[in-house]
Amino acid sequence: MTAARPRVVLLDHGLGNVHSAAKAIEAGGADVTLTADRRQVLEADGLVVPGVGSMAAVMAGIDAVHGGELIGRRLAGGRPVLGICVGMQVLFASGEEGGGDVAGLDEWPGVVRRLDAPVLPHMGWAEVEASEASTLFAGIRDERFYFVHSYAATEWLIDPHPRIRQPQVTWAEHGERFIAAVENGPLSATQFHPEKSGEAGLRLLGNWVRSL
Amino acid sequence: MLATRVIPCLDVAHGRVVKGVRFQGLADQGDPVELAARYAEQGADELTFLDVKATVEDAGTMLDVVERCAEQVFIPLTVGGGVRSRDDVARLLAHGADKVGVNSAAIRDPGLIDRIVADFGSQVLVLSLDVRRAADQPSGFEVTTHGGSRGAGLDAIAWAREAVGRGVGELLVNSIDADGTKDGFDLELTRAVRAVATTPVIASGGAGGPADFAPAVGAGADAVLAASIFHSGQCTIGEVKDAMREAGVTVR
Repeated sequence: MTAARPRVVLLDHGLGNVHSAAKAIEAGGADVTLTADRRQVLEADGLVVPGVGSMAAVMAGIDAVHGGELIGRRLAGGRPVLGICVGMQVLFASGEEGGGDVAGLDEWPGVVRRLDAPVLPHMGWAEVEASEASTLFAGIRDERFYFVHSYAATEWLIDPHPRIRQPQVTWAEHGERFIAAVENGPLSATQFHPEKSGEAGLRLLGNWVRSL
Repeated sequence: MLATRVIPCLDVAHGRVVKGVRFQGLADQGDPVELAARYAEQGADELTFLDVKATVEDAGTMLDVVERCAEQVFIPLTVGGGVRSRDDVARLLAHGADKVGVNSAAIRDPGLIDRIVADFGSQVLVLSLDVRRAADQPSGFEVTTHGGSRGAGLDAIAWAREAVGRGVGELLVNSIDADGTKDGFDLELTRAVRAVATTPVIASGGAGGPADFAPAVGAGADAVLAASIFHSGQCTIGEVKDAMREAGVTVR
């Protein structure tokens, strides 16, 4: 008898390429439901927060389905959450966008800033520096991932604590160094789009699903 | 450092690939999704579907193709052709397109760029420019419509600069002069657009063989797009990338 496939909810807040994300997570070995239903979001083995476009628009979509509270409750119970692209950016305290200041979910300190680079958006396949201890990147070396964004978090502000498991922070560079992925307890996120990163992206999502 | 993207472009009409696609062993030569999957396996970095008919009656057919592709092929998908409104963009994105190409409609109404960017962000919007040489334009290049047959009375380089200022995320620069010649990409045009663009630039038109791609990158292209060279079976994506790599270009 095989173990049951993990149940993953893809948070339906209206701003994300959910077709690819759903199928890519299924390919990683999970059963996927696209919903914002409170109970299903809270009870799923894993929650994926997608997001494309502007941080303000994605925050508005998340607010409309009480996503911030649901994510917070899941994390308080140690239940895994994975943010993708703008779904990662909203996890930081705030974002500078269009000259304004957008409040994020503040799971992590820091500001999502416009990258200082001659060509934006940062669009295409880039290498990342993942640590050996990473779960998401386990077995994935020398691969590129697909990025499309102009804003990113450029500083990781949580000091390492000797008694707490170290967060894994993966970096990439476009004009300046920025955070490409974070694994911090139950909360993980990628600035790139694993669901658009071919085989490497599918393997990364499979790693996340296996960790559920 | 980003890898230079190699992008095959598929012309689609009524839900089928049109224009000579001569792959061996495809069960259904005309299915855009099957061909897209084939190119993704070969190492394509993105895919572009160009809806060459883009009739209102056909809109649902194209959306179905986009949705099936997004569910099966895990690389970025751009869809262009006949996109006239913010709502057209919304529909394509909702069905799984990652980016949408806009051409004539933005020439008629540049404010369309502002509205799309405001609602969906820069990164979804690819401005497509069909450009030919024209002595009466300040830059020597003009924008055309109707597949390059009609001048739009618009300086191509000034238009590129304006569109970038309005927030387009990327410029797809198709040289009408080079298109179909197989003499290589239009390097002069690529350089001229690169000089004013702070967004990625995709060079298109004129690819005749694997050796033609690296010079376009040297002229400033962030990505290279081609159609017939791949569809004809003349060379694979892999062969093009090998040639680029040998010429010192970073590819995936």
